Amino acid sequence: MAKQLPLKELHVAAGARFGPFAGYDMPITYPLGVMKEHLHTREAAGLFDISHMSHIEVRGPQAANLISRACPYDASVQPLRTGRYTYMLNDQGGMIDDLIVSRLGDERFLVVANGACADKDLAHLEQISADFDATVTHIPRVFLALQGPKAAEALAKLIPASGTLVFMQVTELSDGTFLSRSGYTGEDGFEIGLSPDAAEDFAKQLVSDPAVEWIGLGARDSLRIEAGLPLYGQDMDEDTDPATAGLIWAVPKDLRSGGAYVGAQALAEILAGGVSRKRIGLKPEGRAPVRGGSVLFAGEAPDAPEIGIVTSGGFGPSCGHPVAIGRIEKSAGAAGDRIYADVRGKRHACSIEKLPFVEHNYFRGG
Amino acid sequence: MATTYFTEDHEWIRVDGEEAVVGITDHAQEQLGDIVFVELPEAGQKVGKGDAVIVVESVKAASDVYAPVTGEVTAVNDALEGEPGLINDSAQSDGWLMKLRLDDASQLEGLMDEAAYKAMVG
Repeated sequence: MAKQLPLKELHVAAGARFGPFAGYDMPITYPLGVMKEHLHTREAAGLFDISHMSHIEVRGPQAANLISRACPYDASVQPLRTGRYTYMLNDQGGMIDDLIVSRLGDERFLVVANGACADKDLAHLEQISADFDATVTHIPRVFLALQGPKAAEALAKLIPASGTLVFMQVTELSDGTFLSRSGYTGEDGFEIGLSPDAAEDFAKQLVSDPAVEWIGLGARDSLRIEAGLPLYGQDMDEDTDPATAGLIWAVPKDLRSGGAYVGAQALAEILAGGVSRKRIGLKPEGRAPVRGGSVLFAGEAPDAPEIGIVTSGGFGPSCGHPVAIGRIEKSAGAAGDRIYADVRGKRHACSIEKLPFVEHNYFRGG
Repeated sequence: MATTYFTEDHEWIRVDGEEAVVGITDHAQEQLGDIVFVELPEAGQKVGKGDAVIVVESVKAASDVYAPVTGEVTAVNDALEGEPGLINDSAQSDGWLMKLRLDDASQLEGLMDEAAYKAMVG
């Protein structure tokens, strides 16, 4: 039985079509349709219900030590009221989940995790917490994302203080609402964690703004692919190390050769041995979308060597052409080179592109 | 006088003698959402009833379209190459997919009429 979002009735009233994702019955599209929802987010402001994502609070005198054990960075020097992209590794250096960890206080952190990973993340953090004077608690919340060039203006009407945040800064309001200037579309925007009681009125007020439309998971996926942002379970998983996934930038250099975090030794060995694959963007030359799972080849001929795989792909409404993210052998090509994707038994020519396909419009102040 | 039949897989087939036009229903295009690409068969290709012969790609996913009856493809809708959204705009007219010459008209007997199809999709 799928779990239901606290704001389900609002989505039903907005005409959402639902589908299963991360154990929840999630809004996939609204009457606008994926294409217009996507473009509206890039031009105005899109409101996403992402309450399938899990909020876990880590609190206590050794909260920073616990985070620094679970994740490959030094949480003790993380500035207050900032969020950070990171992940948890297993003992083999594979990725348990990717996360945003925000520092809310000297002894208090908020971990935002993928919905599909919520249970295993919580169990993993609880296991680590046995070694530390800190507690790990799941917080039930409605989590909304407001994304797009008009997001700041729309949110300022309800939360005037929101305008003082820059990209990856976070704050808590007096009523406990969590606010972060971040998102998953490449656009400026905010993620807002509210108590389920307060969320309905808040969402209604936001969406009553003419600039704001509800946006479903369908457009969330095309927006994040255009922005070159990875999705756990598609672009990486427990068998993928962060270097192969193109995410090693999130580990400080001094922690790449070793550290006290889980998976440090395995990661150091992987990096010392050299990673064979790299992450790339792909632009199919034709109109046919090339999707996750499609195998990549060096040439069009049947005997051309296999060089990699597409991890995410689809149509990019802002680009006006198909877009994909994949991994290939390091020496198999660079930006501008042509490689081939197998789609239903046919080889489709694709050019290797730099990511992102659409420039990020994060608000960094000024 | 042409008669239109419907399949459980949300195709329509409009039959006039041995000739038939095939497409997906308005209900199907609405479920799929914005269509961005259609992979069509070649004219002259033989297709069997139930074969996945066409792929319709929306922003979200790729979906197969099945041949409602056995026959030979006599034409495909080339306009879809430049304008796949025709299927969203008019699934049951300008957004047609392929024309077939039927091998065996008795295969039509198991298909639905419009009233039965509408009852099925609610």
